[in-house]
Amino acid sequence: MLSDFDFSVIADSLPFLWSGLQFTLKLTLTAMLGGIFLGTLLALARLSSVAPLATAATWYINIMRSIPLVMVILWFFLVIPLLTGAPMGAENSALVTFTLFEAAFYAEIMRAGIQSVTRGQVAAGYAIGFSYSQNMRFVILPQAFRNMLPVLLTQTIVLFQDTSLVYAIGAKDLLKASEIAGKNYNRPVEMVVFVALVYFVICFALSYTVKRLSRRR
Amino acid sequence: MPLLDIDCISHAYGTQAVVRELSFQLETGQIACLLGASGCGKTTMLRLIAGFERPATGSIRLNGVTVADTNLHMPAEKRRIGMVFQDYALFPHLSIADNIGFGLHQKSTLEIRQRVDEMLDLIGLSNRGERYPHELSGGQQQRVALARALAPEPHLLLLDEPFSNLDIALRERLSLEVRDILKRAGMAAILVTHDQNEAFAVADVVGIMREGRIEQWDTPYNLYHRPATRHVADFVGQGVFISGEVLSRQSIKVELGILESDVPMECGTSCAECGRGCRLDVLLRPDDVIHDDASDVLAEVVAKSFRGAEFLYTLRLDSGAEVLSLVPSHHNHAIGEQIGIRLAVDHVVGFPNRQ
Repeated sequence: MLSDFDFSVIADSLPFLWSGLQFTLKLTLTAMLGGIFLGTLLALARLSSVAPLATAATWYINIMRSIPLVMVILWFFLVIPLLTGAPMGAENSALVTFTLFEAAFYAEIMRAGIQSVTRGQVAAGYAIGFSYSQNMRFVILPQAFRNMLPVLLTQTIVLFQDTSLVYAIGAKDLLKASEIAGKNYNRPVEMVVFVALVYFVICFALSYTVKRLSRRR
Repeated sequence: MPLLDIDCISHAYGTQAVVRELSFQLETGQIACLLGASGCGKTTMLRLIAGFERPATGSIRLNGVTVADTNLHMPAEKRRIGMVFQDYALFPHLSIADNIGFGLHQKSTLEIRQRVDEMLDLIGLSNRGERYPHELSGGQQQRVALARALAPEPHLLLLDEPFSNLDIALRERLSLEVRDILKRAGMAAILVTHDQNEAFAVADVVGIMREGRIEQWDTPYNLYHRPATRHVADFVGQGVFISGEVLSRQSIKVELGILESDVPMECGTSCAECGRGCRLDVLLRPDDVIHDDASDVLAEVVAKSFRGAEFLYTLRLDSGAEVLSLVPSHHNHAIGEQIGIRLAVDHVVGFPNRQ
């Protein structure tokens, strides 16, 4: 049966698949950078001594982490246009949804990172004349980030795999592109196998990097 | 005007009083040490001065400015008090030079470079500026921590058990080195430790702390030779108490003879009141008891410990009381042997009998 495989269809559809992969990568990168930025702010808010801020951040994080991602994707895609009156498009909706959703996960990682920095470091910062915000920026966050780098990257691998869920709203990522190509050539099996291989290679390379990073420390 | 004026400071964690109405003063350029067993409140006192805790009562004045009292609390980062921590707390993500220059962030790049070089020079690590903390030995990290604290030219430097993470040989060398660096920088400092050798090596003046109070604030010499309380006498140095009887204001009879003192006996207020015939506990240091073959007072060797230049003998008197004696180590006597001793006490310290 494998002899029936027609590899030429894969070669022919490579440019089309590449455009899908480009969106997948764009979505991953946007959600990672935006998510880490928002997540860090959320972590600071959650650890803040200002009670309403801490409560709000805690609720946001808990809610996001307790709902299946595919539901959040659908919900955003369907409800936001109702509220704003203008359709966003599947791709834009996905970018926003993933950033907001991943922020909750990155927030918990950054919180652990901030708490991993010893109290002595904070006291040392004060003792050489740093204010709270200077301490945060120059002493705590750089160390938190460094300590948590392997975990942040692992979360990003999960994020990369989860991007395939935009299938639900028809955004054209790698998976969707392969489906379209498979239908065009009437060769769905080749496409599914090939796409799985692409996901595997990228994820495996990333995990290998993470493993090396954490071993080096 | 003293550089630092601690007036009647108290602090409690919950209902547990940790520092009780503590007062002392520190002059410019002076190095002080708070010495005490763990839990005596010495580290808390340091945190109060640094601004990491707020006192319940009293006030702290630094350079004539009140930095803390019951209504006022100047934040730690505004006090210009440097601190060296037990675990050094160097910033692992920064090079040695960046660690030292970190507190100078409001200065120009050139000024920072100059000051960092000056500091690296002071601690003898001139060519290590580009290294990272984990690449240095414990002693080197300790000196970097000192340089980092000194770089912004603080009014006062606090050191929290700074040598406790080092091995003993290094501890002794480094404590002298730290004193030397502080003196060259003209820096006033307060050290906190439970190790009296460290305290005596580094500090000009030592406060013996117990249960949140300072029992005696004095020079190392006076703490050893003129302890103000029984606790200080016990805590500082070695020694034993033997019972004695007051003959006059200047003489006490003990089992080994009569002790004469040129100055009135240092035994607090109760001693003078006590008067003739009163019973006292007299402090005998190992250097007060001298081995002398010509003496007809004999004592039995019960234990001995070799110290290199001398032996520390534990000797039992006829009455069963034990005293310590430091003897040059070529006088090697066996346990069980009777040896002659005499007293050479030029300063009698006695405390009211415990019973």
